[in-house]
Amino acid sequence: MRTIDALLTDSTFFRGLSPDDLTMIAGCGSNVQFQAGTYVFYEGDPSDQFYLIRHGTVALEIASPDRGRVVISTLGPGDLLSWSWLLPPYRKQCDARAAGVVRATAFDGACIRTKCDADPRLGYELLKRLAQIMEEQLAATRLQLLDVYGTSA
Amino acid sequence: MGPSPWTVRRAARENRDTVTLEVEPADGVGPCVFAPGQFNMLYLFGVGEAAISICGDPAAPRGLVHTVRAVGRVTNAICRLRRGQTLGVRGPFGSAWPVRDAVGGDVLIVAGGIGLAPLRPVLYHLLAHRGEYGRVVLLYGARTPGDLLYGRDLARWRGRFDVQVEATVDAAAEPDAWHGQVGVVTTLIARAECEPGETTAMICGPAVMMRFTVAELERRGLARERIYLSMERNMRCAIGLCGHCQFGPTFVCKDGPVFRYDRIAPWLRVREL
Repeated sequence: MRTIDALLTDSTFFRGLSPDDLTMIAGCGSNVQFQAGTYVFYEGDPSDQFYLIRHGTVALEIASPDRGRVVISTLGPGDLLSWSWLLPPYRKQCDARAAGVVRATAFDGACIRTKCDADPRLGYELLKRLAQIMEEQLAATRLQLLDVYGTSA
Repeated sequence: MGPSPWTVRRAARENRDTVTLEVEPADGVGPCVFAPGQFNMLYLFGVGEAAISICGDPAAPRGLVHTVRAVGRVTNAICRLRRGQTLGVRGPFGSAWPVRDAVGGDVLIVAGGIGLAPLRPVLYHLLAHRGEYGRVVLLYGARTPGDLLYGRDLARWRGRFDVQVEATVDAAAEPDAWHGQVGVVTTLIARAECEPGETTAMICGPAVMMRFTVAELERRGLARERIYLSMERNMRCAIGLCGHCQFGPTFVCKDGPVFRYDRIAPWLRVREL
């Protein structure tokens, strides 16, 4: 079985970090598995963990009284699930459902935050990488809101 | 060039507003040789004419295949055609996707909505000449699962081991009935297993979708001169005379619809052009 350090080097998100950084981050991680249809977390849950998806698909959903479960987007292998662990009030902002069997590495958010506070260089590096993901997902959401297929082409 | 009469051999509904017509020459002439990316002017007597991409197999030009979305008076009437009815066809017109120039490298196809129609002949060509290309990737986005075109083709291409096919929808109203991706087509680009420096990209879809796609491809290292777009404008004469489809210094009907991105990039940034 591969160590978490080794799994991290495969991911785009952690690629390029030093072996010392990876070891430090891996110390906050553990491998987890979710069966199809189970929920990784629900909206409003304490956001004490985030996940690096290694296998499978996770659907991000928001429950609406009139429309039921609405899938906002899906995440797959290599994607990072959740960033609400980074900022107060540390609460999940949507539901996350395993659309099939999901294997992931779960990271203890408080553990990572503590290490980033102690090592601002690492903290800044991780924050830049997270900001990149947020920027990409914000751009995707803007495009999604435009409903470009609704009226033409 | 006047329209010649063609007869509808088959009309298949793709989804709520889109129909694929297979037509054959009424007078038995032919074949209609075309290159992937070209379009025909479809003419309905007494109604009008519309520019529609050819979406069949370029290696089987005996009949023509057109996928038409009912968005206006002419296209609504075309979508109501039934087997045995006649329409006029002028063409083929316009520029083609660079399938020859792409030989030896990877090919990334990004389609949005009905934008898959003009790219389908590219897929047919690439798969018929599979050994001449590196990796072949299709990224396809639609509004909902019910709007995805060419379900049989997608399943067949997915069943091959030499094509990467990724599909996504902007919205899935019934989460338990759709097991694919949800999100815009640009989110699939990170999954494309191709080498940016060796890849030719061909994109067709709504203008905004193509703009976001180009930005993402450039960010990932694709060269501007290896990105191609199919532009859509109001085409009337189809031979560069009437000026309805003027786009900067070009006419989409004559110089396009397929353009190399670096050659039209300045005009894409001009608002309301």
